[in-house]
Formats: sequence, C-alpha cells, structure tokens
Amino acid sequence: MAATRDRQIEHLLRRAGFGARPDELETYREMSISQAVDTLVNYESIADDVDSFVGKPGYVNTTIRGQFAPQSNIVDARQRWLFRMVHSNRPLQEKMTLFWHNHFATGYAKIAGAYGATEGARYLAAKASEDPGKVRGQIEMLRENALGNFRDILTNIAKDTAMLVWLDGRTNTKAKPQENFGREIMELFTVGVGNYTESDVYAAARVFTGWNLARPGTAADGSQHYEFSYVAAQHETTAKTFSFPIYANGSNTIPARSAADGLQDGNDLIAALAGSPNTARYLAAKLYRFFVSDFGAVNVTFVDRVASVYLQSRFDMKAVMREVLMSPEFWDPAAYFARYAWPVEYVVRALKDVGWIGFSVNDALTPMSNMGQILFEPPDVSGWDTGQAWFSTGAMLARMNFAASLASNQKFNLATSAKVSGASSSPDALLSHFIDELITAPLDSSVTTELSGYLRATGAWTGSDAQLQAKAPGLVHLIAGSPEYQLV
Amino acid sequence: MKVTRRQFVKGGVAAFTVTFAAPEFLSDLARAQGSHARNLVVLYLSGGNDALSLLVPYNDPFYYSRRPTLAVPAGQVLQIGTDSSHVALGLHPRLTGMKQIFDQGRLAFVQRTGYENQSRSHFTGTDIWSTADPNNAQATGWVGRYLDSLPSPVDPLVGWNTTSALPHVLQARTAVPAIASPAGYAFSSPNSGAEAAAERATAVRIASHVPFDRPELAFVYGSSQAAMATLDRVATVAGYRPSPAYPASGFAQALQAVAGAMTKGIGTRVFYVTTGGFDTHSAQNVNATNGAYYNLMATLNDGLFAFYNDLKNQGLLDDTLVLSFSEFGRRISENGSQGTDHGAASVMMVMGGKVRGGLYGTAPDLSLDPKNPTLENAAGDIHFETDFRSVYAQVLDGWLGTDSTTLLGGNFRKNTLTFI
Repeated sequence: MAATRDRQIEHLLRRAGFGARPDELETYREMSISQAVDTLVNYESIADDVDSFVGKPGYVNTTIRGQFAPQSNIVDARQRWLFRMVHSNRPLQEKMTLFWHNHFATGYAKIAGAYGATEGARYLAAKASEDPGKVRGQIEMLRENALGNFRDILTNIAKDTAMLVWLDGRTNTKAKPQENFGREIMELFTVGVGNYTESDVYAAARVFTGWNLARPGTAADGSQHYEFSYVAAQHETTAKTFSFPIYANGSNTIPARSAADGLQDGNDLIAALAGSPNTARYLAAKLYRFFVSDFGAVNVTFVDRVASVYLQSRFDMKAVMREVLMSPEFWDPAAYFARYAWPVEYVVRALKDVGWIGFSVNDALTPMSNMGQILFEPPDVSGWDTGQAWFSTGAMLARMNFAASLASNQKFNLATSAKVSGASSSPDALLSHFIDELITAPLDSSVTTELSGYLRATGAWTGSDAQLQAKAPGLVHLIAGSPEYQLV
Repeated sequence: MKVTRRQFVKGGVAAFTVTFAAPEFLSDLARAQGSHARNLVVLYLSGGNDALSLLVPYNDPFYYSRRPTLAVPAGQVLQIGTDSSHVALGLHPRLTGMKQIFDQGRLAFVQRTGYENQSRSHFTGTDIWSTADPNNAQATGWVGRYLDSLPSPVDPLVGWNTTSALPHVLQARTAVPAIASPAGYAFSSPNSGAEAAAERATAVRIASHVPFDRPELAFVYGSSQAAMATLDRVATVAGYRPSPAYPASGFAQALQAVAGAMTKGIGTRVFYVTTGGFDTHSAQNVNATNGAYYNLMATLNDGLFAFYNDLKNQGLLDDTLVLSFSEFGRRISENGSQGTDHGAASVMMVMGGKVRGGLYGTAPDLSLDPKNPTLENAAGDIHFETDFRSVYAQVLDGWLGTDSTTLLGGNFRKNTLTFI
C-alpha cells in the first residue's frame, strides 16, 4: 500500500511539478490524494520565498558573473527559473507558469533586438519589487496569475510590454492596422485554427489599434520603461463585425465608439474569446497533453468535462486544474509515464533524482538548448513542438550527455550515498539502489540485464570507493539516459 | 496541429524501428554507394519571405506607391533581366553572390508560387508547404515520403536535419537524425578509458532491444539507436575544414556541415537547412545597411555563396540541388509599422550545377485594380501562378528520378518548368 501511495504521489509530482525532491516526497506521502491536490492547487498558503535561497548552501548553485541580475540579464533569468523549479515549494505554480510560457510563447531575441539585451530581460523576467520602474516582466505576470482567471491573463497579456513588442501591437495604428496580435490571439491563444476567418483577423487588428506603448519614468533613476498605453488618437473607431458572437445577446458586432471609449473594443473581444466554448475546448485539450498524456488521441470525455468546468467557473484556472488533477484520466495507471518529458522537465527531474549539491543550473542551459528548449526563447509564437517531436537523434544524444555531465558532477555524492545505503555489497545491490532512486517507466528486463552486465564489465566487484566512484555515476548516466527515463 | 502530427508519426512506429535493424551493415552499404549521387538540400526561409524585396519589379510604379518606405530604389537593384511577360526584375542589392550564381546560369527563380486559398497562418502554411497537400496539413512531409520510397534497408544517415527539431517536411516513417553541429554530436561519459567504453557499449546494446510492444517508448528507442549508429560517421564530418571559411551565421555553419557530409561521402542524400527572421511585420528596413531585411539577405547570400563556391571547389556542384520555400509571401502594401503582413504567393529558388538558371513564371502586376488577375484579396496579395507542387514535381521527377505523381498524390507536372 505504501508503495502504491508512493507511485501515486510521484506521478502527481512529476506532472503537477518537476518530480520530487526527497523532502517533497516525505511531505506529500503523508497526505491523501485529495489533500495533496488541494495543497498543490492552493499554493497561496505556502510561502513564496524560493528566490531568497538563491546562492545559499544546500541548494543548487547558480553561476554569477559580477552580480546575479535576473531582472536584467536573460541568462540569470533562466538560472532563476530553473532554481525555482528545483526548489519551490509551490511546484504547480512553476509548472503552470511553464504551461503559460509555452501558450503565450514570447521570445527574448525580438524584445532584445528592439530595446537591447538588458531591457529584453527586464520585460520578460523582472519582478516589480526589484525594478526601479516597478516593471513586472511577462513571466512574473504569468507566475502571479498561474492559476488565476483566464480572461484576466488574456487582458494582461494583451497589455504586456514584451507581447506588444513580440507581436507588434506597439505599432498597431488606425492608418495601418497591424494583424500579428489580432491573428494569434485567435489562432493560438484562444479559439484555435478553423474557428475564425481571415476577415476576423482584419477586424481584430482594428480592435487593438491604439494598444501601444508609452515610456514614462526618468532615465536618471533607471525608472524609465516602456509600458502599455491606450492611444485614443490611434484607435480606429468604426464598428467591427466578426463571424462569431461577441456579446451575450448574440451580436457579432463591436459597435462604433468614440476614440476616447475605444479601449472597450479590446475588452469586449477578449471577453468574447475567453468565453467561447471553442477556447474552453482548445485549452482543455492542451491541458490534457501537458498534464495527462501524450499517447493516443486527446480524451474527448476529459475535454468535455474540463471545458465545462472552465465555462461554469467563468474561466477560473484553479477550478480547472483541480478538475484536471482529480480526473479519472489523470489517475488511470495507463497515464503514468505517458508523457514525453520536455527538456526542462527532464533536466529538473534529473537534478531532483540524482542530486544538486555542487551543480550549477547554468551548466544545464547549453545542454537544454541542444535538447531543443531555451527558456524565454520558444521557436515561434506557437511554442515548442512537444511530444515525440522532442526526440530527434541529436536531442536524445544531448539528454544522454546531460545525464553524463550531471552524474560526473555528482560522482562523489552518488558513491557515498550508495555506500551509506549498503548498496556497495554487490553489483545487484547497487543496481537496485539506483533503480529505486531514479524511478522510470517500467524497465524492460533486457535493460536491467544490460545494466547488470555493465556493472560486471570492467573487473571483479570489490565495492571499493574507487569502484563506486566509477560505477555509480556510470550507472546513473545509463539510467537517466535511458529511453524509459524520458517518459514522465 | 501538433497533436495530429504526433499521431501520424506514431502510426509509422513499427516500420520506423525496423529501419535500424542492422546499423553496422548499413553504414558499409552507404559507403559502398559512394559520394557521387544526387543530393537535395531543402532550404526553409522561416516566417514568410517577402518576395517583392528579394526579386524586385523595379519598373512597376505600384511597387513604389504601395511601399513608400520599403521599396528598393530602382537604381540599387541588381538587374537580372526580364521575365517572359517582359517585366524587368532585379535582386535585392545585398545579393551580390547570388547574382554571380545567376549569371553563371545556376540559379532559378520560380515566381508567384503558391496554391488556391493560401493559408496566412505560419503554422498551417508551413504544414501545407511541408506536406504538399493543402487539404491535409497533418499528412507526412513530402521529402519524408521520398525517403520512405527508397529501397530498404534505408541507411540511418540518408537524411540530415541541421536543426534540433524534426521539421514537418521530413516527417514520415524514415527517421532523420538531427545534427545541429557535427562537433557536438558525440557520446560523453562521466568516466574515461575502459569504463567509458563499457558505458558506450552498454548504451548501444540497451538501444538495440527495441520494445515493439510499447510503440510510444519504442519511438524513443529509435532515436537512441539512430544516435548510436551514426556517431562515428558524423565525427568524420566534424573534421571538415573548408577553404575559404564560411561565415559565422548558424545558416552558413549548417551549410558547411552539409558540404562536409558530402565531401566525406558518408552516404547522406537529403539535407534540411533553415534561416529565419522573415516574419517582418515591423521595421522591415529593406534598404539600410544592417536593416532587418537587409541582414536577412546578407545571411542568405553569404551562406549560399560560400556553399556554392565550396561545392564548386570540391567538384560536387553537379551533384547538388538546393530548393527553397517559405510559408507565404507578404502583403503588397506596407503596413503602418514599416513592415508587411502575411500574404499569399511568393518566390521559390533552385540552385545547383545542373540547374537551368533563369526566371520562371511571370511577375505580378501590382496595380490596385480589383480585377487584376495576378492579385487576390482585393488586390492586397499576390495570387499564385505556379502551384508549388509543380516545382516539387520537377525536383522529384527530374532530379531525384522518382515518380512525382505517386509522392504528391496527383499529376502536378508543368511543361513550362524546365529548371532541371
């Protein structure tokens, strides 16, 4: 029974988080499933103090160049986010932030190209508390609203500085409406392809005319920054008609309004898109892939149920996620290890399983790039190609090589832990110790046979420190680099 | 989009894994085939290339009236003559190397390529150009289908994708390795010497036990197995030192790896390269040195020209065909952000030692007359003249020596297309 509970808790934490640190497993294994889900979903009651542990002993390292500046240096921003994923006691908040980052996929390079590297990092990752102009970067907005109301998230994203650069809203004016954001808010953020027309794109572009940027603050104290500004003079005021209803009375037309009142056009369209049953189903299907399963078709019953919770709760993502994590589809044993780990999930889980003391998250950034995922740099506005698309040969090799470098970095810790656990007595004791430390999808018996063969390959077993320091990391490399470990 | 793409890949898992039955034997086979075979390099210009800034109709007054800040001045284009409709055309001024290739008769432009009701979505559009099926954006990639049609056993290095993720155009049963950098494509170990060798041998053996009864897991095994089977041959390419050196751009470095693979004769036949940034909604800046589009042209020109000269020096130019595509062209009139929004038909390029260079198809007439047959969308976008599948058909039939009607699901041959 305890073993069953552990398997359930591990499954929950692999999906609602990034795997389980030993202390997380200790905490959650005392709870019932519904208590555990409640704890994950109601994370406001847990202190949000993870950032204060950066640089402290006992935590994964960061690599500092001069000063650690995640609010202005994108490499440090990546390090901070990985640090949070490893050490936050609000794992679902980080996981959901990653979901939104992929959903509203905004790339650093374009922001940096427009305003410079420092500003690029700022509009993506600054916390208001650490910025002289109180800039809240996009990822902080998503993190604060991780389980918030989807309509609010949409409104925030439409006014987000990085988004206004990324999809060119900053240059959307009445003389020349700019279609980029108007298209993607429908195609990628809400209703999905097939549920809007080309003329809806033109209408949406006009809706958001005048949703531009202003630059308050002063350069001298560093407070100067770009932020959303509704420029009434640039708003196109005529009526906008869509192929789908905008208002509760079924009307498809946003009425002509004065320029002064024109901001309401965007609010009306956002409310209509957030409330569309197509959006409900689009999000539910994406949540299924991210939290439940990459295998087979998206479960229609799940989509129906989650979409209906979304609509009934008026777009409350906390209610939606509670439904997802309590769903029978989520707890179906066939859903265990039925997702292909994203590179960031793979890396963070490996750190939690293998160990992090003495490892810097900075050394995960290049390997992650080789695996196909750079945080804050999705390949395009549709986000990353996930599932089997992660597993090119080069990317698989990058995963195996990350396992090698982490195992190498942790070799003394691994050897010591094996010895302390009494696993040095025989090759099979060592094997069962590490198979237990690195839980994988069920290993084929051929794999355990080969691993056992590896432990016997280069000489008689002595259990000496030297042998453990070679075999323990070698074994961890092979397990964490195995195909089975790539499933979560 | 992604969901269904996964599904079809899954459908092909059984055949896919069988592909890797005997890697040792296969690499010998590939070597025995020798290096003199026809290579195809598929080049994707990501984001929707603005054809009117690359191939400029510099005598069309509407080109200038509709693009007040973006038009290339007539005096600056690199003139390359007139097409069959007597429209004078010039290359973007930064394309000096490509002008030389054109003058040597080894570069063809196929104007106004596209399809009916062209998608303006990056993702659907790219899917359609990749599948060669406007009605089924979730089908297999057309180049992938070509690889599937090769006699088995197919060598695991028959294709080489220079990006980290598998592009849709290559997605089919035949697995294509992703090798972004030959030097980084190596197996590392926490140990050294005999211990490291034992790890590598174990990894090879683990990957060889493909669990056919668990197809989703078998897919990952396929990646592991292909990686282990291709390491040694790719390592030879990492040692390729061309002269003169290629530019530092990712695009040029990818082309250098392609040339290296060809020179070392490791058996690869199909390569995929890409260069991005063509989604120029704002500050397109066509003309200024280091302007956005100017830089795109610099990357394209310098990479392709280095590749062309390298292949020429290596005697491989006649064995090579480069084919470019992009998901759509851009709107004719510039927008308020000194950029251009998503449009329809665009231009395709074909380069190689056996290419009959020149201008194929006819340029659009950019006048605002809504009845203008060369335009669509109330004269906003360029209407296609040549179905893009006709270009693919010529490449499949004329270069790869296969039957385009089978791979494209219909007869798209067009007798005015004679670039091969």
